[in-house]
This record gives sequence, C-alpha cells and structure tokens, in this order.
Amino acid sequence: MPMGKTPRLMPRSFGHLSDEAVVAMLARSDESALAELYDRFGRAAYGLALRILRDEKLAEDAVQEGFLAAWRNADRFIPERGRASTWLLTLVHRRAVDLVRREGRRRAEPLRESFEPAPSESAEDDAWLRIERERVQWALKKLPDQQREALELAYYGGFTQSELAERLGEPVGTIKSRMFTGLARLRELLGEPRPGEAAWKPTPNTT
Amino acid sequence: MEADAQHDLTAAYALDALEPEEARRYEAHLARCERCQGELAELSESASALAYAADAPAPPPELRSRILAQARGERANVVPLRPRWAKPLVAVAALAACVALGLGLWASSLSNKLDRREAEIKRQQRVAQILAEPGSRKISFSRGTLVVGRSGDGALVLNKLAPPGADRTYEAWVADQGAPQPAGLFEGGKAVAVPLDRPVPQGATVMVTEEKAGGAASPTQTPFVIVRNASQS
Repeated sequence: MPMGKTPRLMPRSFGHLSDEAVVAMLARSDESALAELYDRFGRAAYGLALRILRDEKLAEDAVQEGFLAAWRNADRFIPERGRASTWLLTLVHRRAVDLVRREGRRRAEPLRESFEPAPSESAEDDAWLRIERERVQWALKKLPDQQREALELAYYGGFTQSELAERLGEPVGTIKSRMFTGLARLRELLGEPRPGEAAWKPTPNTT
Repeated sequence: MEADAQHDLTAAYALDALEPEEARRYEAHLARCERCQGELAELSESASALAYAADAPAPPPELRSRILAQARGERANVVPLRPRWAKPLVAVAALAACVALGLGLWASSLSNKLDRREAEIKRQQRVAQILAEPGSRKISFSRGTLVVGRSGDGALVLNKLAPPGADRTYEAWVADQGAPQPAGLFEGGKAVAVPLDRPVPQGATVMVTEEKAGGAASPTQTPFVIVRNASQS
C-alpha cells in the first residue's frame, strides 16, 4: 500500500477508486467510504460553507449536515446523472444556503479577510485545491461583470432570483438569463481538459 | 406555457436561488421533464465548480470524527438527530424531504439500473486495481488502451463504443500462440472498462468481436480491436 507523507486517520485503501465508486460503497453504509469522501471533499465543502456563512460553527454544521445527507441518500446517486463531487457539493451548498437565509447573515461583499490556507495533511491535496481554485477564479474573471455578479450573489450570497432582481433593480427575467448564460459560459471555460485527464486519452496509431 | 416558465428556472435551481415554493414547483416539473434533467446536470456541474473558487482553510479536525460518529449512530439508531438540531427539526426535515425529492431525480428509474451500476463499478474497480499495480504497462491503440499488470492481469479501456445490436454482445479474446480464448463479455458505452477474464502473457494478442448474446466459444466475426501485448517503442 502506498504510504502518504503523513499518516491519516484511516489507511488510504480507496485511493484508486473513482469518487463515484466511493459513493457506491457509501450506499452500502460503508463508514470508511464516508471517511474517504470527507478526506476528498471535506475541505472544499468547508471552504464553500464558510464563504457563504462566514461563521466557523455554522459552516461546520452545514458541512456535517451535507455529508450526513450524502450518507442517508447515497443510494439515490446515479453516476450517469453527474459527478459524485457535484452531488456532494450540492448537498452541502443547500444546507449552507438554508442556514444563511435562516440566520439572516447574507452579505454581498466579497470576503475581505483572506484565509491563509492552513497546510493540510497532504501536500497533494493543497496543490490540487490551489489548481482548482485558480482555474475557477480564472474562469469567473472571464465572465461579463453582470453574469459574474449574478452567479456570485446567488451561489455565495444565498440570494434568490427575486431578491436579486429587487436588489439590482432588474426584471426577474434578466436575472434568470444572466444566471443561465453565466453558468453555460462557465461550463465552456472550464471545459478544457485538466492535466490528469490527458493520461487517459489513447494516443493514436500504435498497434 | 407553464412548462416554458419552468424550463427557465433550471439555472436558478442549480444555484439554489429559488424561493421554497418555486423550488417545489420546479422539482415537480423536473420529475417529468427530461430536457430539464439533462440541463440541470450540466448547469449543476458549473455551479458546484464555484465551490472551488472559495479559499479553503482546513476544517477543524474534530469535524471529521463528529460526522463519522453521527453516521455510525444513525446506522445503529432509528431516530438519529442530536439534541442541538431538535429546534429546527421540522425545517430540517422539510428541507431534507425537498432535497431528497430533487436528488431522487438523479436516480430516476432506480431499481433496474442498480444492478448494472454495481456490476459496472466492480469492473471499474478491478481495472483501476490493475492500473494501479506498480509496473503495469499501457499499450495504446486507435480505440483505446490495453493495460497489463505485472501479474499478467489485463484490462481493456475503450472509448465511445456504441451498444451492440439487439441480442448481441461484445466478446473479448486472448490469443497466445494458439486459438483465441474467450476473455469476457461486455456492453458498449462512452468509456468502457473491461477486465479480462484470462491473463495476457507477453506477446499475446487481445481482440474484440461482436457475437450473439451469451457469447461464443471462438470468434465468429472479424475482430474490430486487435492489440498485441508487446513493448511499445
């Protein structure tokens, strides 16, 4: 078994499995699969929840509820319908948005205090999260301002489309179309292959 | 008209930007609308990518153990909620029901897919194991890659293989200084991972043909994949 640089609480015997395969094990109430899923996505989930809630305790609650929802509903996940990471982060996002609405802590301003990302247990995780962050931030910057604003206020701010329409003084239809166009454009921008994916493409003309 | 109005809500739903009542109506529509299901899958992927743009400080280590402990408790107990969740219990339960409803659509036509999914995941796991073996080799060819572990265990990874005809199947073969031997049946798909039932010695050839459902004892068709387990220069 490959040894990580630092020991984890659980051996990484799942290291070779796809996220989707881990969720399939979760559906069989395999607790170590939940641990694995947390090790893969706990940090991204917490970062997201913290960005929305701006409160560490509430962010922890959102992450906890999101992962437990995954635990309870893993049998409903179908790989053909989307990635496991999307499924899980959607669960956490819903919890966070629900909490932020209930607590009335929505804020429109971007986070000023930049968290100095604490080094995690694995340098690979750090590097990967940094690459992903830079990639998505790059794509967000490429969006027209109004689209980016609509996406950020909705996704990080927890504002509904009606609230956004009121806040920005635009018809709801305009907000809808900014959200749609923004997400579709984001998809295109993010559609470029990631470094790891190249390895899976066959190189032609050898037999 | 009503349906059109619902189609328009897909992006907002993907961003969790609908009022609760709007979200309920949209979910009811979603259950019947394949177009929205497909679009939602795509837009949700973009939306969840936004999660990664946030700075990600490490969560406190206790969070992990707390989640695992509660999950363990839920498996053992019928009523799992901790006291501190007791107050918003109704809201949480209602939300959970909404989420379950929405996400249930990820799982439409659940039951008959489950077995196939399990089998497919087992295959993927097996192929991933072979790939992860130290010293495994990958031989690329026009339609995919042949992977052979050091032990001789082999797997084919094929790209975009249309499903076989009705009452037909794909069959893999391994030929090593003799007639090709059956090495497993499989279906098509966007990416097909096929662990081979038979070891692939150095110099052996792996082939794929389309055969009658149930497979054949020796190939009856011209192979459309022929790849040799030889060192690539």
